[in-house]
Amino acid sequence: MQYLQLLISGVAQGCIYGLLALGFVLIYKATEYVNFAQGEMMMLGAFVGMTLCVYLHIPFWIAFVAAIAVMAVFGMLMERVVLRPLLGQPAFAVVMATVGVGYLARGIVTMIPSWGTDTHALPVPYKDQVLRYGGLVMSMEHLVIIVVTALLMALLFGFFRYSKIGIAMKATSQNQLAAFCMGIPVRRINMLVWGLSAAVATCAGLLLAPLTFVHSNMGYVGLKAFPAAVIGGFGSIPGALVGGLVIGIVELLAGFYLPEGFRDVAAYVVVLLMLTIKPTGLFGENLRKRV
Amino acid sequence: MRFLFKTRYTQDIRLFKHGGQVFWYGLLGLALLAVPWLLSDYIVSQLSFIFIYAIVCLGLGLLIGYTGQVSLGHAAFLGIGAYTHAILLGKGVPFIVSMPIAAVVTGLIGLMVGLPALRVRGMYLAIATLAFGFIVEEVVTRAESLTGGNAGKMVPNINLFGFIANTERSFYYIALVITVLCVLGVMNLLRSRTGRAFVAIRDSEVSAQSMGINLARYKTIAFALSAALTGIGGVLYAHKVRFISPEHFTLLQSVELLIMLVIGGLGSVYGAIMGSVFWIVVQQFIASAKDFLPQAMGQQVGLQATVFGLLLVAFVLFEPLGLYGRWVKIRTYLELFPFYRKDMFKRQKTYMKSERMK
Repeated sequence: MQYLQLLISGVAQGCIYGLLALGFVLIYKATEYVNFAQGEMMMLGAFVGMTLCVYLHIPFWIAFVAAIAVMAVFGMLMERVVLRPLLGQPAFAVVMATVGVGYLARGIVTMIPSWGTDTHALPVPYKDQVLRYGGLVMSMEHLVIIVVTALLMALLFGFFRYSKIGIAMKATSQNQLAAFCMGIPVRRINMLVWGLSAAVATCAGLLLAPLTFVHSNMGYVGLKAFPAAVIGGFGSIPGALVGGLVIGIVELLAGFYLPEGFRDVAAYVVVLLMLTIKPTGLFGENLRKRV
Repeated sequence: MRFLFKTRYTQDIRLFKHGGQVFWYGLLGLALLAVPWLLSDYIVSQLSFIFIYAIVCLGLGLLIGYTGQVSLGHAAFLGIGAYTHAILLGKGVPFIVSMPIAAVVTGLIGLMVGLPALRVRGMYLAIATLAFGFIVEEVVTRAESLTGGNAGKMVPNINLFGFIANTERSFYYIALVITVLCVLGVMNLLRSRTGRAFVAIRDSEVSAQSMGINLARYKTIAFALSAALTGIGGVLYAHKVRFISPEHFTLLQSVELLIMLVIGGLGSVYGAIMGSVFWIVVQQFIASAKDFLPQAMGQQVGLQATVFGLLLVAFVLFEPLGLYGRWVKIRTYLELFPFYRKDMFKRQKTYMKSERMK
């Protein structure tokens, strides 16, 4: 029973990593860029949600949706203002641009009055509730994370399978030139992908907030999503979630069985092992470079 | 405008291209020697920081700017250098022996980090170095018997053959000598076969390989040298701040080093030095501007991050060649006046090359 309970909290944490990794993967698949500011997007999303909820007194679930909408617009703006002018520049320029945006976001957040460097609590309607089932005691926070992640994945699956935009996104990520020739507005699609990725990150932030509070260093969680994305094989959507779950569970077990300190680096040790053994990840595609 | 008439191939790789350069660098050297006697201790201390960051940026630039390998974990090398040195000093090893040992140890660890670079590239390498940085930070925090953990470790003053460098001025001169040696060493390396192999790898791995360059060898050399230089920077850094703890060597520090390098200009020695000068100067401006800003903005820790984040994004967007690139443009404009054209330095845009096999 104890193991099952541990497993559930590991899975919940893993879902957060998975959602963040999903954000990386969406952008990577579409544009072959890596967004090093994904964690900061999550942090901003959590702050927006917290502001709507606490200062504007909007009910939580409405604020949840509103924050996602706000951040989707932010993601699209970021693509338009920062990333699009870099089209055709070396990949390192994009790495530095996104690193810069992340660094900037962390700085700006501390300067906004009533956000600042403090930690804020996000009042969620399911705070401190527990669900008892047999001998199992599960906290609602964990359950909500798992349920919402599952819903979101189903939604995304449907989106990529049935909606026109989703199919266009898939086409763009497979071959930009061919997609362009078929009349898909590739640039606009890329912009939408950034919006979608920011929305997913916001979702992760708002789900994580009841567990860790909202603060300006929240974005560090985003760095643990890199290992998740690598393990899943950068570029595979189900892989991102599986990678997230692997990292979540490994971290939990390391915290439980190994001495203090291993918990924080477990994810990075796993990713280094993965990179030396099988750099393409579990679900990865072939990575040979075309000359 | 100056016309260089080259009669021998060796003229191409001279450190000083013409007499004018000898004159101006000589003047700069004299000025640097005179500075501690003319300016206040505070400014001298900031200049020492510039030297330290210049060495580290040189190391990082050797890897990113010249060899084209990304590293997001360079603060770890800084930390390894600083801690190795501090531990050796604690065991009674003299400065003059301990510093090279620290550099070699850091270089060897850099070599080990370079090994994954043979298999992975691009963002995978960035993630691997990121992971390495986190692991080193955690190891330093936990290995309390050696490093003192979060409580930190005190570092004594430099003791050079019995002469104790306990003033800003003496530290300045030691840092100056080491920096000049490092700069000359790197310049020398870059005009050698190894340096040109680095540039070839940066420009195209496949074509470098087909020209007979051993990728594995030169990539690991690049990592090792870059780490060793950063380690030397770490040694000076430890002496400068007098007290080191894991907080000095976090991911944020790695990002700050990258910011310096990119703002200064990738792929040039001047760029690395300009970047570190710019970093310290702007930091001073921010510190003095704090008093004029409203309370909520000025007194926040994030002010510096905001300014440098904005600057970094602006440089990446508008001046990808950094301060040095801007200087080259201005110089060319003056030299060619009035024939300078706007598009002279326009970067060729390339169509996105996919890394995927489709």
